[in-house]
Amino acid sequence: MAEFLQQLLNGLSLGAIYALIALGYTMVYGVLRFINFAHSDVFMVGAFIGYYAGKLVPEGTIWGGLLVLAIAMAGCAILGMTIERLAYRPLRGAATLNVLITAIGVSLLLEYSGQVFFGAAPRTFPAVFPSANFSVGGLVISSNQIVVIVVATLLMIALEFIVHRTKIGTAMRAVSLNPKAAQLVGINNDVVISFTFGLGSALAAAGGILYALNYPSIEPLMGVMPGLKAFVAAVLGGIGNIPGAALGGLILGVVETFVNGSQWSTYKDAIAFAILIAILLFRPAGLLGKFTVEKV
Amino acid sequence: MPRPHLYLVAALLVAFGLSRFSDQIDPYFLDVGMGIGINIILAVSLNLVNGYTGQFSLGHAGFMAVGAYLSAAVTVFLGPKILGADGGTALQQGALFFGALVAGGLSAAFAGLLVGVPSLRLKGDYLALVTLGFGEIIRVIFQNVEVLGGALGLNGIPAYTSIFWVLAVVSLSVFVVLCLVHSTYGRGFLATHDDEIASEAVGLNTTRYKIVAFVIGAFFAGTAGGLYGHFKMTITPTGFDFTKSIEIVVMVILGGMGNTIGVILAAILLTLLPELLRPIAEYRMVLYSFLLIVLMLVRPQGLFNFKFVRTKT
Repeated sequence: MAEFLQQLLNGLSLGAIYALIALGYTMVYGVLRFINFAHSDVFMVGAFIGYYAGKLVPEGTIWGGLLVLAIAMAGCAILGMTIERLAYRPLRGAATLNVLITAIGVSLLLEYSGQVFFGAAPRTFPAVFPSANFSVGGLVISSNQIVVIVVATLLMIALEFIVHRTKIGTAMRAVSLNPKAAQLVGINNDVVISFTFGLGSALAAAGGILYALNYPSIEPLMGVMPGLKAFVAAVLGGIGNIPGAALGGLILGVVETFVNGSQWSTYKDAIAFAILIAILLFRPAGLLGKFTVEKV
Repeated sequence: MPRPHLYLVAALLVAFGLSRFSDQIDPYFLDVGMGIGINIILAVSLNLVNGYTGQFSLGHAGFMAVGAYLSAAVTVFLGPKILGADGGTALQQGALFFGALVAGGLSAAFAGLLVGVPSLRLKGDYLALVTLGFGEIIRVIFQNVEVLGGALGLNGIPAYTSIFWVLAVVSLSVFVVLCLVHSTYGRGFLATHDDEIASEAVGLNTTRYKIVAFVIGAFFAGTAGGLYGHFKMTITPTGFDFTKSIEIVVMVILGGMGNTIGVILAAILLTLLPELLRPIAEYRMVLYSFLLIVLMLVRPQGLFNFKFVRTKT
């Protein structure tokens, strides 16, 4: 039983990170209807900004850690908006495939530039938050797991607030529902899309730092696998659906951790894709998504 | 194209003639040439699915992996038993390699059928993701099969691939794809691409067309995998990950979807580009991805597509 709870806890903290990344995919899909392949590399850049910022603050303090988090989130928000402005905005209204290929191009550009500027060798992420292990009734809880779960929860509450209680959030939901109608009622779609990219990228940066705290080896290709899995999480929860992305991320994190702890551990990278295929075949709208009938 | 069969025979003769002189060609050029050929097969076969039929597949490397592993298994495990201890004559080796390539292609085609039947019900982004997922699953499975080397890969594959085999399969794949799409039956692929609903309304079984395109595409990807394995002499599962699939997709997009000549040119260009950019070694991939973005922004219909643009997806 203790082992089960331990795995569940590990799974939830991994799932919380997937959820943070998945939120970015799902929001961008909501407003633009395309898969932002570069999102996983924004996650990587977030971890690297954290790496460099982490060297400037004293190690092992909560405020230092939060400062690193804030710097990385701000940096990635700017990066995300820049990518949208330069690469995606000129293609507004172009064929889906072209946008998809551009996104892949941006993803490759970030990865290869990362290899040139940061070097391809893995680096050790500094312990920016205080680290300690607590044991509660046979469970070992690391302070990093607490940080992950607390930060992820707070960010998701903040996101929920932004999306449902602010003007720009209402505009985001309007664009996601019907871009043309949103324009007709006076919403500047470009501003909203730009904001969405910034928000999603900031969450990805937070995910990157939290991921790097738990798996403290960072390199330019670190985003590929977590990114793909977070995307699966977004589809699992119902793409375009914000609570769905959080739910999907948690489910995926838990399932993956349990598979990793079983005799099938070498298949852990395949399990996410098996889930993806199953969900697309049997419930393409996702767990929380609404199924829409295709009109002819 | 009048009398396409004559072109095929001519191409095979040229391939045979060229292979006679392969000793006199600089090995570096020969290597690059074979790499180009293998990429052409991959791009042309994917073009049947992505270009002509309009179904966006991101899992081509998975089928390549199936073909590479199966054909390598034939020559590595069955080869010594069939050829005997002395290794057999050149003709026997050729026959074995031919058998291995066919086995690789057929197994990839079978994998294509297994993947295609459930996933081709989906469209657009979702289809791309499911094929990507299947491609990754195929890779992870090979990573776990100990007989085939597991994560370390399969080594000691005999170097059977020569410029003759590459050119022969290139001409065969181009021949099959061109004849198919220009046949009466093949109009169905284009119709499926142009308007699925209208095609169904006039009685075409679009699902069937998609699956046929997928299976044929997978077959040639499998043979390309077989050639690749016997060219590099070693294969690892990571060599067939989704970056490889994307590389092939980029060739198809740059060539202009559904334009075989353009796709061939793009395959040549994109294989040569990293070689040409070698002097600026570490920046070459940065430049490559940058060019990709710029190209999509300024010439979205593909570099070599001079025809009327079909932008519909």
